[in-house]
Amino acid sequence: MEMMMNPEIQATQRRVNPLKFMLILMIVSIVMMFAAFTSAYIVRREEGNWLEFDLPNVLLINTVVLFLSSVFMQWAYVSAKRDNLKNLKIALILTIAAGFAFLAGQWQGWGELVQNNVFFGGSTANPSGSFLYVLTGVHAFHLITGLIFLIIVVISAFRYRVHSKNLARIELCNIYWHFLGALWIYLYVFLVLNH
Amino acid sequence: MSSTDISLHKDVHSGHDDHHDDHDHDQSFIEKYIFSQDHKIIAKQFLFAGIFWAIIGGTMSSLFRLQLGFPEATFTFLEPLLGKWVEGGKLNPEFYLALVTMHGTIMVFFVLTAGLSGTFSNFLIPLQIGARDMASGFMNMLSFWFFFIASVIMFYSIFLETGPAAGGWTVYPPLSALPQAISGSGAGMTMWLVSMALFIVSQLLGGVNYITTVINMRTRGLSMTKLPLTIWSFFLTAVLGLLAFPVLLSAALLLIFDRSFGTSFFLSDIYVAGEALTHTGGSPVLFQHLFWFLGHPEVYIVILPTFGIVSEIIATNARKPIFGYRAMIGSMLGIALLSFVVWAHHMFVSGMNPFLGSVFMFLTLIIAVPSAVKVFNWIATLWRGNINFTPAMLFSVAFVSLFISGGVTGIILGNSALDIQLHDTYFVVAHFHLVMGSAAFFGMFAGVYHWFPKMFGRMMEEKLGYLHFWITFIGVYLIFMPMHYIGIAGFPRRYYTWTGFDTFNKFMDMNTFITVAAIIAFAAQFFFLFNFFYSIFRGRRATENPWKSNTLEWTTPVNPGHGNWPGPLPVVYRWPYDYSKPGAPEDFIPQNVPFSQTQSSNLPHERDFE
Repeated sequence: MEMMMNPEIQATQRRVNPLKFMLILMIVSIVMMFAAFTSAYIVRREEGNWLEFDLPNVLLINTVVLFLSSVFMQWAYVSAKRDNLKNLKIALILTIAAGFAFLAGQWQGWGELVQNNVFFGGSTANPSGSFLYVLTGVHAFHLITGLIFLIIVVISAFRYRVHSKNLARIELCNIYWHFLGALWIYLYVFLVLNH
Repeated sequence: MSSTDISLHKDVHSGHDDHHDDHDHDQSFIEKYIFSQDHKIIAKQFLFAGIFWAIIGGTMSSLFRLQLGFPEATFTFLEPLLGKWVEGGKLNPEFYLALVTMHGTIMVFFVLTAGLSGTFSNFLIPLQIGARDMASGFMNMLSFWFFFIASVIMFYSIFLETGPAAGGWTVYPPLSALPQAISGSGAGMTMWLVSMALFIVSQLLGGVNYITTVINMRTRGLSMTKLPLTIWSFFLTAVLGLLAFPVLLSAALLLIFDRSFGTSFFLSDIYVAGEALTHTGGSPVLFQHLFWFLGHPEVYIVILPTFGIVSEIIATNARKPIFGYRAMIGSMLGIALLSFVVWAHHMFVSGMNPFLGSVFMFLTLIIAVPSAVKVFNWIATLWRGNINFTPAMLFSVAFVSLFISGGVTGIILGNSALDIQLHDTYFVVAHFHLVMGSAAFFGMFAGVYHWFPKMFGRMMEEKLGYLHFWITFIGVYLIFMPMHYIGIAGFPRRYYTWTGFDTFNKFMDMNTFITVAAIIAFAAQFFFLFNFFYSIFRGRRATENPWKSNTLEWTTPVNPGHGNWPGPLPVVYRWPYDYSKPGAPEDFIPQNVPFSQTQSSNLPHERDFE
């Protein structure tokens, strides 16, 4: 790794930040995963024997909450760029809070589903319900990884390691978090259209 | 497995420690050879692991070939090896299915995906693009260790009391989802899924690294159109893996939920012993769609790296520029693109809409075009070349032969109407074993023989290489050509016993013949193994560039240390295929030689660069 810091290499070889490029490739693979799930959903739905039920109302609120957290994240990123470290910390904490609020809301959504007798597994479960749990669950799993990333960024922000000269970390976090928000909006619109 | 790695690397490297940079000396043994972040060590780790798995997978095929070739015989001599899987000299039928399943899984994923891409992408990408190492050495290391854990779990599953997964390497539900269906679908299948999930993580970590390294870390002057074809093929392989493996992960996840959490994604209306299962509403064809969306690109993940390896070796040893360099890249791009829109040709008889079948048939047959471009270019490169028949070259030429013979039957199988007769017969087995199994193995052998001097600083023994080649090459045709014949007769694959069918009884001799050929060909691999391990320690010492090749890895010292080049990175001025250029004093001009030094051989348009 010491080799990588060699100016010789930096000058001649680095076209895009490799870590940023890697993050984008990982995002591509996550997109493929959800492409598989949602196309499986459509194929399966076309075959009939499909339980129709109402989406939990809380999902709409969750969508707004996650959108807000993306706005906070962008605010944090802009603050870091402008070296406004006080706003940076506030914005990052708001982002995390909104992220956790989203997760709590999703959990509540699952509770609502169970109350309406829409189960993940078991003898009364229909794939239409199971798919909803899988889509929200796998998204929530990725959101948790995003939150872990955010917490790392917050810790380094409190140690004054995130500022306009040291943006790499928060930039990656920003991309990932916006991606998770966009992914959820896609899933939500997809679910609304297919219900 | 790891213990072999340790002792080998130690002996290989102890002789040349003085070559290493200063900061290497404070690395402990474990950091340097086990949890190494150096791409060359990781490549060797993948190679040793791949060889280990290839021996296991090959042994399994010999075992089930024994059953097919000698259905009446008793195999009491196998009892010490297989224990209760041989009862009274008869192979247990469920164990036979487990052998077939594990043979497929091991060969496709652990040998020809991890062993092939893992070895050559890791070893050659930084060396051929003039980089010190991969974009992230740490992720590269993680990639190997995820693969290692996946290997341990898969290996452990072989020793389970209920046996390893036995529902075929394609693990179609409901067979793979219900432990009542076959004992291998119990704990064995669970471990298969866990192992494959870890394997996919390993492939994604590796693939992300390969793509990033090729895009970002090429040395000065090395544009994408000056890349060796090896790098193009590794790059496209990684792109395919990045897009296809997540889909397999999705399918595996849904299958895990069906098996362990009571969902019904793939299961519906099943009666076991007269009792209805609680699963309703699932669709088994859905799994086939998800599986083959990975499964088809997967066969190109297996074969693409060898396209690159073979192109490179053929050009070097024919002492001629590769014919149609841009067409080679274009055809690889075409194949990579098409590989994503042909998956349903595996499902013609699954009850799929026949109209959809004809669309997929049309797209499948188009793949013949870029494949034919590649074959034509390889043959045109060989045409009137000044050919050196090194073992690597023989394996490469044989690769072209196998790719043609296996590819032609692909055109037959791609027809949805013909597939009704041929589906799940030995014709299919023969087809893919030639075009992807044997061909990829030949490409891998070619790569090992060719790059062995750069990996271990010594040469492999040529005569043993020739022996290995001829027995393997003849053996492969003797095994798979007769299989086409019995396949056309309708002989089904995956049957433990066929002597009960009058139609197939007359193929007794042919099956025995195939088995004998298979065992001889497998035995010949021990010449390779002996040669490989012997040459690591005792082989003739290699020079820096033993094949007089143009690419950058041959400009490194005999044993490249950490960081690959002791001095500054090489700068690239030309494409990698300036062999036998008219007017040049030597028959090769390495990529890092500027045009100002080769005025006698420069072409008119190259004079501008002098």
